Amino acid sequence: MSETNVDKKVVKSQSEKSSKNFDVGSWLVPIVAVLVAMSLAAILIKLQGLNPIAAYKSLFKTAFGSIEGLGVTLGKSTPLVLSGLAVAVGLRAGLFNIGAQGQLLSGALAAAWAGVTFDGLPGYIHVPIALIIGAFFGSVVAGISGFLKAYRGVHEVITTIMLNSIVMGVADYLASHQLREPDQFLTRTAEIQPSAKLPIYANLPLGFFIAVVLAIVIWWILGRTTSGFRIETVGRNRHAAWYAGIPVKRTVISAMLISGAIAGLGGAVETLGITYRYAPAFNLGLGFDGITIALLGRVHPIGIIPGAILIGGMRAGAANMQFDSGVAPELVDLLMALILLLVTAPLITRFFKNNSNKSMTSGWGN
Amino acid sequence: MSALLEVTGITKRYPGVVANDNISLTVNAGEVVALLGENGAGKSTLLKAVFGLIKPDSGEIKISGTPIVFGDTAGVISRGVGMVHQHFQLVPVMSVAENIILGDEPRRGIFINKKAAHDEILALSKRYGLEVDPEAIIEDLPVGMQQRVEILKALRKDVKLLILDEPTAVLTPQEIDELLGVIRNLANSGVGIVLITHKLHEVMAVADRVVVLRGGKLVGATSPKETDEAGLAQMMVGRSVVLQVNRTEAKRGAVVLEVKGLQVRDDRKILSVKGVDLSLHKGEILGVAGVEGNGQREFVEAICGMRHREAGEVLINGVATKDMHPHAVHKAGISHIPEDREKHGLVANYSIADNLVLNQFDQAPFAKGWVRNLAEVAKSAISTVEKFDIRTPSAFNTASSLSGGNKQKVVVARELSEDLPVLIAAQPTRGVDVGSIEFIHNQLISARDKGAAVLLVSAELDEILSLSDRIAVMSDGKIVAIVESKDADRNYIGRLMAGLKE
Ligand SMILES: Nc1ncnc2c1ncn2[C@@H]1O[C@H](COP(=O)(O)OP(=O)(O)OP(=O)(O)O)[C@@H](O)[C@H]1O
Ligand SMILES: [Mg+2]
Repeated sequence: MSETNVDKKVVKSQSEKSSKNFDVGSWLVPIVAVLVAMSLAAILIKLQGLNPIAAYKSLFKTAFGSIEGLGVTLGKSTPLVLSGLAVAVGLRAGLFNIGAQGQLLSGALAAAWAGVTFDGLPGYIHVPIALIIGAFFGSVVAGISGFLKAYRGVHEVITTIMLNSIVMGVADYLASHQLREPDQFLTRTAEIQPSAKLPIYANLPLGFFIAVVLAIVIWWILGRTTSGFRIETVGRNRHAAWYAGIPVKRTVISAMLISGAIAGLGGAVETLGITYRYAPAFNLGLGFDGITIALLGRVHPIGIIPGAILIGGMRAGAANMQFDSGVAPELVDLLMALILLLVTAPLITRFFKNNSNKSMTSGWGN
Repeated sequence: MSALLEVTGITKRYPGVVANDNISLTVNAGEVVALLGENGAGKSTLLKAVFGLIKPDSGEIKISGTPIVFGDTAGVISRGVGMVHQHFQLVPVMSVAENIILGDEPRRGIFINKKAAHDEILALSKRYGLEVDPEAIIEDLPVGMQQRVEILKALRKDVKLLILDEPTAVLTPQEIDELLGVIRNLANSGVGIVLITHKLHEVMAVADRVVVLRGGKLVGATSPKETDEAGLAQMMVGRSVVLQVNRTEAKRGAVVLEVKGLQVRDDRKILSVKGVDLSLHKGEILGVAGVEGNGQREFVEAICGMRHREAGEVLINGVATKDMHPHAVHKAGISHIPEDREKHGLVANYSIADNLVLNQFDQAPFAKGWVRNLAEVAKSAISTVEKFDIRTPSAFNTASSLSGGNKQKVVVARELSEDLPVLIAAQPTRGVDVGSIEFIHNQLISARDKGAAVLLVSAELDEILSLSDRIAVMSDGKIVAIVESKDADRNYIGRLMAGLKE
């Protein structure tokens, strides 16, 4: 008869893991990718006549070897967790949000404005207001792409890339005109009010905990709520979603709004927790790093956290590494590029394999 | 002389199931072997192993006496094996000729030699008596013609062994007859053929030998001479199957669904439903018979809010439903078994459990407000899997791991679990084994007896005839006749379907 009399306990534990199959084997890919990337980079260091072991030792010792170092690492990781999360939420809905960078910049600038402008607020009001304003602007920027995708069919990759340039231009313009620090030579905003600065408790930045809590909340929303189910269904099979009565357009737009809000929050956290002002060139690349981190974390909201910490740590330790071992800090960019290549390569091969399998064997007679 | 195909002791395990359990089988040149078995018995798995698409865990496969390398599709093809998969692997925007030569194009320098391709296809089509227009674009062709292109593609390299995995599931009866003729001719010219089908009369008509799988094991072999359809069904399922539906008289109630002056365009923007009026009553099954491609698909999709209604109205209990809004139509009381289960019916990498609640995930008991109740989803999934006999090691496996017929059962189970006033069933038993057909038919009848109004659209005239209380014949986008089932005569309906006036 049917093979369905499964042990109730097994069923229970499987359902608790939520219906998304979480398969341990697949987590080997990012781990192997990081190790292989580090080995390849080590060869390059060696070819330069330098000592890779010493370089890595210095890098990780600076990043993770002391409580102060760890604080810096977590500070650097915070916007990375958020931009990775932003990209991941998009991907879950089947959207490739390349625009985390632009959304992050607009959030960073908006938070700087809120941090400078509002005066006389206590910290517990000023900080949340500035964060929310940052998230709001990120959300608006992403919402444009979401709207164009849903109602005009314009691919989000195109619009988010274009918006990256637009946002960067506008933000730099504002930072050198209307929002520029008065009577100063540098193009940048004034420093935010002390009340807007994200507190640091015993070296550990508050922003990081906000990011982690948000990752957990997003994980829960995607896995356990009806909104999350809508997003996932639209991401996996738009036609089935439409047939099942899920409002696809609205879901696409909401996913972009959420994604943009998270990226904007990433920019705001960077402003309020690290840079304390907005200057063009401060946040270069954070949004793009989000793509690597989202893929390194296998598009899983929690999986993103270790990836972000690793990369944040490398960024935190890079300067010291140069001092100790002579290896240029650009090594970190090289590592990022290699990691991106290596985590996407299996995705790409699997994509092709799946697709060819699919086209050859799917169907009624499957 | 060694056999054309010799399969020895093939075993293939998937997590939780043994899809093929020590199967041995031979196929000789010039014979047609039918491979039968319930949904999930392991038929596709076995033939995918032969074609080099999957690697079995153990065993040996020889073609003309020489073993194949597992997983080496290219090698298998070069040894003269062709496979036709039911779901077409054609590129919709390319021409027939381009699709057939794809992967091994005749060239002139670095360019494709279109003239040579054209001539080659014409010669091929003449040789096998399968007429096609090499320049036609695939997406403009009816499915029967597309199937022909698939077969020509498989036959292009001098094929010695042809594998057909449910090639007839989407064909009309005429197209099936033609295809069976082609199969017979190929066999007579020395080609060995393995055919998977769930339609037993096809087996009786064309097979030389029959091999039956059940639960991954080979459970028997016979031939059409030694048995009949009921015997085949019994061998497959392991019990006797009632091939004829027992249907009581319908207690027809008030009109529930009313279609008025409906006009719909197809994907090519051509008007394919040309003004249809129809009323569906509570407690009846109304069958829509018709040759595929006469507007049935567009008709159903328009009713369900999935395709724009050019003109006309669809009313449920007198209230007009919204155009292009499947969710609203569903809320208004229509459940719908969609024709294309891969595209609309399932989310392949969701679990079976999630697929079973795809249209109710946000309603009680599967959600409490904003939060999904996964325990309820699991509980209901386990009982549905049991009730519909969906063959899977667990209700939490992905839908993509199911066999074709079991996927269909998931979709049917979901739509039948709702008890809405109207049920629209488009090709509800496509690709499903005889045992499960019996079950699904009984479910449709019991839905009717509980008071649902059922609209059944099927390419199987036999299915329409045995289930329907009334039969509407659709031809060229219009309902040309509505016949009470007691007055229905196969030939008469067939003539109406073909567009002939009485
Ligand atoms: N990729 C896969 N992963 C896990 N299980 C699989 C996979 N493919 C097939 N199976 C399982 O193997 C068994 C045999 O499947 P197969 O597709 O061969 O059945 P079938 O006889 O062709 O059925 P149908 O008549 O429904 O097409 C089924 O239990 C199915 O769930
Ligand atoms: Mg099959």
